[in-house]
Amino acid sequence: MRTSVECRRIRLIGTLVATVTAAGLLLISCGGDGSPPSPTESGKITLTEMDYYSSEPGRSALAKQLTRCGKPAGVTIKRQIVPDLRTKVLQLANSRALPDLILLDNPDLQQLAATGALADLGAAGVKTDGMYPNIVAAGKYQGKQYGVAPGVNQLALYYNTSMLEKAGIKPPATWDELRIAAKKLAQGDKVHGIGFAVPATEEGSFQFESFFFSAGASLKKLDSPEAVSALSLLKDLVASGSAPKDVLSWNQMNVGEQFANGSLAMMINGPWELPLLRKAGMKDFGIVPVPAPAGGTSSGALGGEVWAAGSGGDKSRKAAEVIKCMVSKGNSLEWAKLTNYVPSDPEVAAEFSAAVPAMKTFVETIGSAKSRTAEVGPDYPKYSQALWTAVQAALSGSKSPGAALTDAQKQATQ
Amino acid sequence: MPKNSAAVAGCKRPPPDRSVAPAAGGRRLGIGFIVPVVVFVAVFYLYPLARNVVLSFQDYDINSLYSGNAPFIGLGNYRRLLSTPAFATAVVNTVIFVAGSLFFQFTIGLGLAEFFRRSFPLSPLLRSLMLIPWLLPLVVGGTLFRWLLDTSNGVVNQILLTLHLVQDPVPWLNTPNTAMASVLICNIWIGVPFNMVILHSGLLAIPTELYEAASLDGAGHWQQFRYVTLPQIRPVIGIVVTLGLIYTLKVFDVIWVMTKGGPANATHTITTYAYQLSFGGLSEFGLGAAAGDLLIIVAAVFALLYLRALRADPGARA
Repeated sequence: MRTSVECRRIRLIGTLVATVTAAGLLLISCGGDGSPPSPTESGKITLTEMDYYSSEPGRSALAKQLTRCGKPAGVTIKRQIVPDLRTKVLQLANSRALPDLILLDNPDLQQLAATGALADLGAAGVKTDGMYPNIVAAGKYQGKQYGVAPGVNQLALYYNTSMLEKAGIKPPATWDELRIAAKKLAQGDKVHGIGFAVPATEEGSFQFESFFFSAGASLKKLDSPEAVSALSLLKDLVASGSAPKDVLSWNQMNVGEQFANGSLAMMINGPWELPLLRKAGMKDFGIVPVPAPAGGTSSGALGGEVWAAGSGGDKSRKAAEVIKCMVSKGNSLEWAKLTNYVPSDPEVAAEFSAAVPAMKTFVETIGSAKSRTAEVGPDYPKYSQALWTAVQAALSGSKSPGAALTDAQKQATQ
Repeated sequence: MPKNSAAVAGCKRPPPDRSVAPAAGGRRLGIGFIVPVVVFVAVFYLYPLARNVVLSFQDYDINSLYSGNAPFIGLGNYRRLLSTPAFATAVVNTVIFVAGSLFFQFTIGLGLAEFFRRSFPLSPLLRSLMLIPWLLPLVVGGTLFRWLLDTSNGVVNQILLTLHLVQDPVPWLNTPNTAMASVLICNIWIGVPFNMVILHSGLLAIPTELYEAASLDGAGHWQQFRYVTLPQIRPVIGIVVTLGLIYTLKVFDVIWVMTKGGPANATHTITTYAYQLSFGGLSEFGLGAAAGDLLIIVAAVFALLYLRALRADPGARA
């Protein structure tokens, strides 16, 4: 039999444990990172920053640039790398605790700006004079400049030089040439003529938009004859076996890997694949603009991130100063060299292109790339989802390109 | 009872204490133990659930996140959801996915459980190897199948082609019907071990005398299974199927990793579709909440059935 003292002690411990647990749970539920960043003990202002550059060389390059640009503005910058940045930013917008600096994917900018959570960078003195007009447009919402890009990118056609030489084919410039080349280059199930990535995500819309915009179609009308012709082209490439059926589930990285190991003679991809190809030891490849219909201009969707600042008085003024520095010519060129982005300023871009010949095509075509949010604004995600669903429906054979795009238009505007 | 016993049950009510009434002390202790549970349930279950239900009656989009303005629109979200063709597809897919998964997970699990009832060398080792799919994170399982089933480079197609079972590679993840079959196969592979383990323990609990008696009565293998095994493990079957149903309803990772709901919404279930609505770029949080609520209702009905089954047969806790 236990003594009563022992029993009382057990009870006491039980109550203690219970209380501590309850207190802990309350703490967990009430905690979180909603607390405002406070000035450091030296009186300096600390700005918070978020981006998704988790891999090298962007990861350390960004850290270096942030430190460098923080100094003249008299701030220290606390950086946080968030893989799913969009969701995190939305959460923080909800608790009104947006970071002072955000490096955001450009199609997300207008949506966030529409909530009123971002600072007007133009009013804060960030200049965009001299930059490519389409890049400036990608950072605008209702006439105000909420985002500025240090560099941008778009897609192009990569081709395997020796495969094309062996088949006696010139790199295709028009859709007809593309059809013929892709067919000739295919070798049964081993090698496909061309690869691209149209999975059920924004990546799928982004890749399809290269053909969509080159055809002269507009996002405002997803089922225009131009749009149908673009989708028919992709459908034919897949149906004829020139492109693998896997395009529906591969992402851009998968396509890059297939091109590097010789399973694809050509691919649609961005400049971010260059390090991967170099690492894989692939040297004999060339890059030309994405083919356009005969007589048309090659175009595509503008990719890349923009700097934005959370709206918060003094801090957003400081943030604007930092952004001004981050998108300055020198930093823009350094950033471009490390990440294979095209600098937003044509002069800097020309300098970059001279230094890195592989980037020539990307620099030449960047001016004709279209901002995804320029026409449909914050509704872009709706249009994009309708678009990738249509691409998937047509390429998997469940609907004709025309019917798929008609449904997409309905879905986007309902 | 020895003095050094660790059993708390050894504690009798303390001798009358003059300052505190004994019953009050016990009650305080009881409350101390219950408070954490109540707080936990309230914070992590009741609040989110209630919030989700309220959300489903609001027009809550990305602007509401920041401004806090989200007008109540009654059943508007539910009405919109039910008139969306993609949601109808998701409902049909959910039924196919759940029914297909349950049927094959159960039959294969039962077959394996029956197989492992016989003792043979390496049986325990094999049984633990069988558990691997269940121990793997779902994301890993999904990625594995995504690679296996790749049209151009997947091992499955290589084998089928080498054996001349197919003429052309099967576009597993890239046509609507085969994509549905693919995510089903992956989910079945993941769920079989759970069924096997629970059913196996149920089978081991059946006294061998019953089989001896049955065979004396002239019952063959099939009859023994039909009239001895099945009735004996009926409660276990009930539990396996209800739990399996609730697990399968909320499967998300497998489908997301393998197809993202594609091609063209062909593999969206209500779970993935609800996620897509809220977090896939559309930011239709109200609509997503409504889809989630419909799923909760279905799951709750089956959870109640499960609880009733447990109460009806207290010995059935497997």
